[in-house]
Amino acid sequence: MRRRVVITGMGCVTPLGHDVETVWRALLKGRSGLAPITVFDASTFPSTFAAEVKDYALPPELASSGRHDHAGRHTRFALGAALQAWRASGLADAEGFDPARTGIYLGSGEGSLDFGNFTSLLVDAWADGKLDTARWGELAAERMDVHRETEQEANMVVAHLAGEFGLRGPAFNDLTACAASTQAIGEASMLIRHGDAEAMMTGGAHSMIHPYGVTGFNRLTALSTRNDEMETASRPFDMTRDGFVLGEGSSILILEEHEFARRRGATMLAEIIGYGSSADAFRITDQDPAGEGAAAGMVAALTDAGVGPETIDYISAHGTSTPQNDSVETRAIKAVFGERAGQVPVSSIKGAMGHLIAAAGATELITCVLALRDGVIPPTANYRVADPECDLDYVPNAPREIDLDIVMSNSFGFGGQNDTLIVRRI
Amino acid sequence: MSERSVVISGLGVVTPAGVGIEDLFAGLLEGRRSLQAIDAFDARTFPCRVAGQLNDFSARRHVPKNYRKAVKVMARDIEIAVAAADLAVRDSGIVTEGLNGQAPSIEPGRLGCNIGAGLICADLDELGLAINTAVTDGRFDMRLWGREGMNNLTPLWLLKYLPNMLACHVTIIHGAKGPSNTITCGEASGLLAAGEATRTIARGACDAAIAGGAESKLNPMGLLRQGLLGRLSVSSNDDPPSACRPFDADHAGTVVGEGGGLAILEDRERAERRGARIYAEVAGFGAACDPGGLDYLNCGAGGVDGAAAAALRDAGIEPDQVDLVMACGTGVPGEDVAEAEALRRVLGDRAAEAPTVSLAGCFGDLFAGASAVSLAVGAMALLKQTVPPTVNFRTPDDRCGLNVPADASEAPLTYVLCTGFARGGQSGAVVLKRYTP
Repeated sequence: MRRRVVITGMGCVTPLGHDVETVWRALLKGRSGLAPITVFDASTFPSTFAAEVKDYALPPELASSGRHDHAGRHTRFALGAALQAWRASGLADAEGFDPARTGIYLGSGEGSLDFGNFTSLLVDAWADGKLDTARWGELAAERMDVHRETEQEANMVVAHLAGEFGLRGPAFNDLTACAASTQAIGEASMLIRHGDAEAMMTGGAHSMIHPYGVTGFNRLTALSTRNDEMETASRPFDMTRDGFVLGEGSSILILEEHEFARRRGATMLAEIIGYGSSADAFRITDQDPAGEGAAAGMVAALTDAGVGPETIDYISAHGTSTPQNDSVETRAIKAVFGERAGQVPVSSIKGAMGHLIAAAGATELITCVLALRDGVIPPTANYRVADPECDLDYVPNAPREIDLDIVMSNSFGFGGQNDTLIVRRI
Repeated sequence: MSERSVVISGLGVVTPAGVGIEDLFAGLLEGRRSLQAIDAFDARTFPCRVAGQLNDFSARRHVPKNYRKAVKVMARDIEIAVAAADLAVRDSGIVTEGLNGQAPSIEPGRLGCNIGAGLICADLDELGLAINTAVTDGRFDMRLWGREGMNNLTPLWLLKYLPNMLACHVTIIHGAKGPSNTITCGEASGLLAAGEATRTIARGACDAAIAGGAESKLNPMGLLRQGLLGRLSVSSNDDPPSACRPFDADHAGTVVGEGGGLAILEDRERAERRGARIYAEVAGFGAACDPGGLDYLNCGAGGVDGAAAAALRDAGIEPDQVDLVMACGTGVPGEDVAEAEALRRVLGDRAAEAPTVSLAGCFGDLFAGASAVSLAVGAMALLKQTVPPTVNFRTPDDRCGLNVPADASEAPLTYVLCTGFARGGQSGAVVLKRYTP
């Protein structure tokens, strides 16, 4: 019989709060995490706002060791989220806990550039319309710092979590853009299922709220530019949506093999029963407009779970608030769910907290687990005007109480990455 | 539920010592030395001025005509991956959408893609050109940048530098719509990606996958960062070909290389049914990490003993059955010693007997491409029953205690252990087995 995978701990640091319960209450109350960008002067950018993590500091017990003094912004979020999840799971004190059988699989992003030094070097070593790399080399050796540079590597969040919690099992980081942490959780589940590990720390962390991140997405015209209505600018599935809103943060989960968790008396929060991954193989700039790739990911997850679409009680949508994603996702859901599509509640929490990019999927999976626990669906915030292209039940603006047994969570990334997870109540 | 067996049925490599697996392997056997003085940019002020460069390389001839305009939004890393994928697919005999004018011989949804990648550095000339339009009184002006300067960047600028764009371009070209992932764990990436893809095929989520890794750190940022970490060889600028000497008593650091390798992994029965030329069977996979990797200013080996032990277990073999180790062997003295200690821990006495080969002496550290090329060479070694040499190896470092061959030799090979590890502490290992029908 196939090994089953359960969730035994969760933690998050997001624009709506620095722990799971705070974030959940904020989502149900319809609070907005969107506000003017404060981490740099974005006052003249096409988009001047984002969903920042506010007033966060590394928990003192992590800060005191000195091991994380150089950690990047997203790594600090991940450390806080991981500590919550780790403690909630009680794994460290459990009989049979083996660090070599406990791994890490994250979908975490790159760290932010040392913007000031990096940019000033491009100015100071510029000569005759191009970079004088010899001059750049001299100046860079004086100005650049080994920690600031190394902490940008995309395996650094994994390194910090492994170092902090002493884990020695399989360790991966994937970076499939906005699908990264959903994919990480799926692949972490596969490692447990296959027997490579008894437990995995998984999830994601990311911040692209920095000058080059906002520049890059603004140039792609992917961001909302409703600077005059920023609190309600993220409008998944609404007719007037004009782009996504950058968020940042981290969500971390502890996964364990079911029997291992049962024997040690762990609190099981939900079971991961299905995972599917697919590629659009369409264009780097656009999703497949028919939503075939997105549908293939959902179908793969259903097949893996061994359940039909009629068993899905709720879909946590990718729902970014871009004109393209939300209509494509709607089309894909209709393709998979057929006539029943209109009866399945679908919501996106990105209306309230923006798009956490690599960390989005893990955050959304945590809200799925809470929805199962409490029997309540978090709403799609800022939904006002119906779009004929988006004609499903999006649970607009108010939470909905409903008994849930099996729920699905979608994530789609730039370049056509599609990942879907299915979780079931224990 | 029994798992399916997975084989390697195609290889594509792009390295400074050879493009295509036949060319590279022939080069290795003749002891080709491919490190050179850097001329890709003016590096005269950098402490290490040696690299493994891909000279006269462009992905253009590896891209179908109807996709060729996309080459201009491909960073160097992406071009390497696209070329390696083209070579691998052609080598495998599988027909994909990327091969013009023929009907695909694999259902798109059954072809996966899993590619290891690194942080891709922005083209500094391109970015600098835009940045320097937003300068006031000699300093960068953020408000001017937001108002006007950023408009000098091409709209697709960001998409050149997302690590998953290697896999995205490859999946688009070849119509690979199955499971797709991008692993970013330094030199371990290629093996982690190949191992994960193997599992994906084994459990039946797809029937074949394009898997491996590619990277180029041959740019000012890459060279600077590796230099800051103290990993680079700085004493051989006057003798570039000998700059990287893995496991040698005189090892003095590694050298930045650029390149990558992609393998076609395939369900064994499918490959046999279509009469594919099979290089090797993927017999085992393991991964691990070293919590001490957080101290990244110090040398370590990423817990590679744990990864190797797991891979041997997965393959169901004992250390004595390992006939060849394709090691990471970066040439950084502390890393070589740590890796050798790890190999001795897992292989015991066998570590001093089985030939241990590093490719870094030949063309430098390929980072996310490194262990993927090692895997390809390991598979070729099995097919040809030939051990390739470790280029630039002369005198054993007593602290290593490994059997490092300086010359190629024919030998009966059944199992090859491939290992890779990253600064930061992640490691991966794959056991390849000689294919017998």
